[in-house]
Amino acid sequence: MAAITPNELPLSAPARAPRAQLQSPTAFLPLWGWGVFIALLLGACVVVPLLALAVPQGSAWHLSPYWVGLAGKILCYAMVALAMDLVWGYAGILSLGHGLFFALGGYAMGMYLNRAMTAASGNLPDFMQFMQWTQYPWYWAGTQHFAWAMFLAVAAPGLLAFVFGFFAFRSRIKGVYFSIITQALTYAAMLLFFRNETGFGGNNGLTDFKTLLGFPMGTAGMTVALFVVSSVVLAAMFLFARWLVRSKFGRVLTAIRDAESRVMFCGYNPLWFKLAVWTISAMMCGIAGALYAPQVGIINPSEMSPANSIEIAIWAAIGGRGTLVGPIVGAVLVNGAKSVLTVSFPQFWLYVLGGLFIVVTLFAPYGLVGLVRQWRMRRG
Amino acid sequence: MFASSLHARLRVLRALFAGALLLLALVPVARALTVAEALSIASGDTDARIAALHRAVQTPDPQLAEYLHKLLNDEVQIDGDRVLVQRGSQWVDLGTGQAVTPSDNAQSVVNNNYVRKELASAQAALDLFAPSAAQRLKAVQRLQDDPTSVDRTLVERALQTEKDPAILDRLKLLHAAILLTGPNTAERLAAARELAASNYPAVRSLLLSRLDKVDGKFVEPDAAVRAQIQSSLAAIDNRLAWGERLGTLFSGISLGSILLLAALGLAVTYGLMGVINMAQGEFIMLGAYATYVMQWLFQRYLPGVENYALIAAVPVSFVVAGGVGIVVERTIIRRLYGRPLETLLATWGVSLVLIQLVRSLFGPQNVQVDNPPWMSGGLHVMANLILPYNRMVIIAFTAAVLLGMWLLIARTRFGLFVRAVTQNRSMAACVGVRTPRVDMLAFGLGTGIAGLAGCALSQIANVSPEMGTQYIVDCFMVVVLGGVGQLTGTVTAAMGLGVVNTLLEGVAGAVLAKIAVLGVIILFIQKRPQGLFALKGRSVEA
Repeated sequence: MAAITPNELPLSAPARAPRAQLQSPTAFLPLWGWGVFIALLLGACVVVPLLALAVPQGSAWHLSPYWVGLAGKILCYAMVALAMDLVWGYAGILSLGHGLFFALGGYAMGMYLNRAMTAASGNLPDFMQFMQWTQYPWYWAGTQHFAWAMFLAVAAPGLLAFVFGFFAFRSRIKGVYFSIITQALTYAAMLLFFRNETGFGGNNGLTDFKTLLGFPMGTAGMTVALFVVSSVVLAAMFLFARWLVRSKFGRVLTAIRDAESRVMFCGYNPLWFKLAVWTISAMMCGIAGALYAPQVGIINPSEMSPANSIEIAIWAAIGGRGTLVGPIVGAVLVNGAKSVLTVSFPQFWLYVLGGLFIVVTLFAPYGLVGLVRQWRMRRG
Repeated sequence: MFASSLHARLRVLRALFAGALLLLALVPVARALTVAEALSIASGDTDARIAALHRAVQTPDPQLAEYLHKLLNDEVQIDGDRVLVQRGSQWVDLGTGQAVTPSDNAQSVVNNNYVRKELASAQAALDLFAPSAAQRLKAVQRLQDDPTSVDRTLVERALQTEKDPAILDRLKLLHAAILLTGPNTAERLAAARELAASNYPAVRSLLLSRLDKVDGKFVEPDAAVRAQIQSSLAAIDNRLAWGERLGTLFSGISLGSILLLAALGLAVTYGLMGVINMAQGEFIMLGAYATYVMQWLFQRYLPGVENYALIAAVPVSFVVAGGVGIVVERTIIRRLYGRPLETLLATWGVSLVLIQLVRSLFGPQNVQVDNPPWMSGGLHVMANLILPYNRMVIIAFTAAVLLGMWLLIARTRFGLFVRAVTQNRSMAACVGVRTPRVDMLAFGLGTGIAGLAGCALSQIANVSPEMGTQYIVDCFMVVVLGGVGQLTGTVTAAMGLGVVNTLLEGVAGAVLAKIAVLGVIILFIQKRPQGLFALKGRSVEA
């Protein structure tokens, strides 16, 4: 696979390069990049709350909570796309199971929200009473504490990814083989969560949340707060990912992507690099899922369906793999279009999505960011 | 003189006796159902009605059968001391046989479930004497499920008149089952011995119930009979267990053959081009819809031979799916050569478009594809083992496709090229194989086989635009497990997965079975990353 940006590959590095020279010659972010980054962050954290909460409802400037909620949801998708870019764009591992990690994070949050709701009555959730259980199963232990639930949201996907990745990467499963096994993984998990006996509400999942950290849900204030938190988390994740791929670790990852055998002959064990980025990516998905569940008010097994996971890949592909910015843009664009189209032309959406899969892979393998770069290069 | 008169007297007596016997045998048949009997069956308290019913059944006649039928259909009214039955739109007085108008105080006969059950049993008992063998067989089968509900004398009479050997065997078992609950110890012992030959779950539970204890006493008082029942039970259990095992094996092979059909095409394209065709399930769906369209065309234009639409649908589904496959290969997959991950995404896009296309054309609901009559029903091998014909046809069909595929790959020039390109693409190209052409045809073959799978699946599964998505993960697992490049691997993996899945389903339920199988595959790949039957040597990395 060709290098994505020629200026990022040290083609003729000296035999013993000092560590400093391994760093990319470009800055962490160009000046305009910082500008856009800070402008967007300020917009999300200051302007949106002002427009949504301080501006009166009748005003033309008023931002309805519906749109803020939708945007917050899409930001969660953007986090997943970013996580996907780390593994696919930089390590060449196409995961078709990232929806599973996302859903696990969502379920961890859902467990907390569910217990917050039932804490008042002291009863078990309806679906457990329905199963005639008299107490919470062991894996629900401690989920009434927010901190533990958040730990689970990160640790459960992380642990699953670590174990699965360890076995998969150790036996050097890669390429489409790896992809379809991750798909099988999320498919199996979906079947498991569909069962009522699994203890996560079966088909319906966890829903009907009332309060989060003592504040009522579904209010405009809560919607805006969740949106702001999502924006900040996404921004932090972006900076972290940027730092990660520019570090020596990231360079080795890219090398593994482009020539795994050669990296092995240089004395690196690709297993740990791949495993690390795979696990980190899964944890990021878990965080995204934990933010997603309260914003949409439901988490159910359909989030784990193979179709959902493969859609994540197309967000990354449309924006441009291996660029970090691209997948975020792609996630926002595709999901924005989806929200509009599925309402106005519901029968049309699958054509658009299917067409995107085909057209992007055929004509724009490096996505929108790639097109922009091409255009800029052509202009000199 | 004296002696001769004694002789004559004896002769007369004998003739009289024979005549009486004849009368006994003839009279009940000729005798019609009386209004009093009909009244006592239809009214009064439940116990009295059932007692009357049992008395009436002792003398079977067609009118009684009709009357019971009317009773079960709620078509009887009681009007004072008259019994009215409904014939067509009229009410007919049972006694006079004339059409009447029910008076105001006529009341419909209401049957509670208990009476209903007895009526149905009585009807079946009467059917033991029905003229058609099929009806008699059905009656025996019905009674075998509940042997205690029928009267012993009736069965004995049926035993004497029955000529059909198959029905006779069943009657004997039924008789034994009745004797088992009788008062005579010797008869019970004989019955228990005879019942060892029975295969019916109902007989088994009857035997079991005889071993129970009620109030500290055995239901069956005699120890010898109990011992015989025990050994008969063991014999039945043994046979039933075999039936069950064979049944599981059969459904495993049936599932496996479907997996094989679905995965065969995938294995070819993946082995050849390293391309996972995510739209494989949708090509299955296309094949199923092609079958649906053929059925529709036949029903519309060739109604005389519509039962054979399925046979015509086989080549059509192959051509439709294969044709679409070739178009997809030429326009999309070819351009993504050497980028398997992107191909995977692009074929996913194809699958979405195909789903929506079919949804737009045929609507989002399931369409109805009928089993032709020659495929419905099943082969009755054992009491608890019925092999449905449609499954058997599919297994045979899979075998035929497999054979054709093997001949194509192993015996033809095209097959030689396919094998060459699979093993070493650049070397094959060097010696003059037109690899793009081989790719195209092989992809067409792979998707065409998916179309055949769809044609077969339309006979046992729902046909809907999303039907393909259910099979895709399973197909991949077959390919992953079987490895690529060899039919043996695919066949073994498909059959193994089918049988293991069915076995586990019996133990742990469908969902856990599937999860367990997926888990096992993931672990298995640790051991053999290239699948069960990996190519060895140089071709591995080529």
